[in-house]
Amino acid sequence: MATLKVGLVSPEREVWSGEAKMVVAQTTEGQLGVLAQHAPVLGVLEDDSVVKIEPADGGEMVLAVVGSGFLSVADDEVSVLAEFAELGTEVDRDAAQRALTEATSGDAPDEAGARRARARLRAAGVEL
Amino acid sequence: MAQLRQLRQRIKSVKSTAKITRAQEMIATSRIVKAQHAVAASKPYADQIVHALTALVTHHVGIKHPLLIEQPEDKRSAVLVITSDRGFCGGYNANAIREAEALMAALREQGREPVPYIIGNKGLTWYKFRNRDFADSWTGFSDRPDFPSAEKIGRRLAADFLKTDAEGGVGEIHVVYTEFVSMLTQNVQVRRLIPLEIEEAEGDRIPPSYEFEPSPAAVLDALLPNYIESRIFHMLLQSAASEHAARRRAMKSATDNANDLIDVYTRQMNQVRQAAITQEISEIVGGADALADSGGE
Repeated sequence: MATLKVGLVSPEREVWSGEAKMVVAQTTEGQLGVLAQHAPVLGVLEDDSVVKIEPADGGEMVLAVVGSGFLSVADDEVSVLAEFAELGTEVDRDAAQRALTEATSGDAPDEAGARRARARLRAAGVEL
Repeated sequence: MAQLRQLRQRIKSVKSTAKITRAQEMIATSRIVKAQHAVAASKPYADQIVHALTALVTHHVGIKHPLLIEQPEDKRSAVLVITSDRGFCGGYNANAIREAEALMAALREQGREPVPYIIGNKGLTWYKFRNRDFADSWTGFSDRPDFPSAEKIGRRLAADFLKTDAEGGVGEIHVVYTEFVSMLTQNVQVRRLIPLEIEEAEGDRIPPSYEFEPSPAAVLDALLPNYIESRIFHMLLQSAASEHAARRRAMKSATDNANDLIDVYTRQMNQVRQAAITQEISEIVGGADALADSGGE
């Protein structure tokens, strides 16, 4: 089966790259799944959403948080560009949990902060 | 004897200076490597965003966006100067500021009014000392730029571009930064950032016709600010690498000069010491001779 060449990049570094069977991302229009031979698409991603990548070698599903990003698909190449990107395995769960409690408590709830903390926890595999 | 003590003191002080400059040189050397890695790490994102923009513009010729439109009626031009926070880096800041001044003079000749925006403490103090006006300044990240800083700068510049002259806005934005060519060569560059000139993709590969979600205009809206921020980030990283290279070179020649001075002083000190010893011996010999002469009679 044909595979996709996937690159997940943030301005500061390349977060993940490799071959994948499938990529699932949340665009502003809804969930978008990409398999091989997908038509070229350039889409705006939902802020602080989770991107799922299923590696071609049958390894574990790669989950990543993306903040303010794009998805571009062409010729079986998928690039996810995000101003902020972090792999689920890199997320410091305790810190994210603390950030969430901090953002939701207090007089002025920090909605953007809470959203990001929730997305980071989701990517880390924590059920909310 | 007084001269000998003075020379010893001087050698000691030059030696400690050499130690400091040597340490600075080594720090700068290790940071250049890190800065180069940062430049390389930012490349995939920059390439992809250029690719996406090119695809968009080639397939939607004539697509309109405020950031792409020339504003000939706005006579103010922003000049973003990238300098360092710390000194000890030779002509790095002087070169950048000189180039910025030349650009501003050229703009004035064209009948435009240049408005400086400053990055880095050194540039800021230069302007403050001369009591010149500037629109905004950012400091504290020149040697290790991060993306949020570039984002802040990009947002401010884009917002000012969208305002008219009367509201304190600008009609175009130029950037003066230092490009890192190699360890030995760094060039000051002047680029116009906005209105954007999107470079055409290499001719042999036409980008495929994309579907856009939700719409081409919406994608462009979201892409353009990111493109500008990524350009600024790239320039900041280049400048940081150049800063470290300039500092390494300046500190290396300072260390070399200090070592030369130590050599000269050591030689002088030995001469003085030897002269003192010779004089003592001749005095003793003279004294002994005089005694022998008087004792012999």
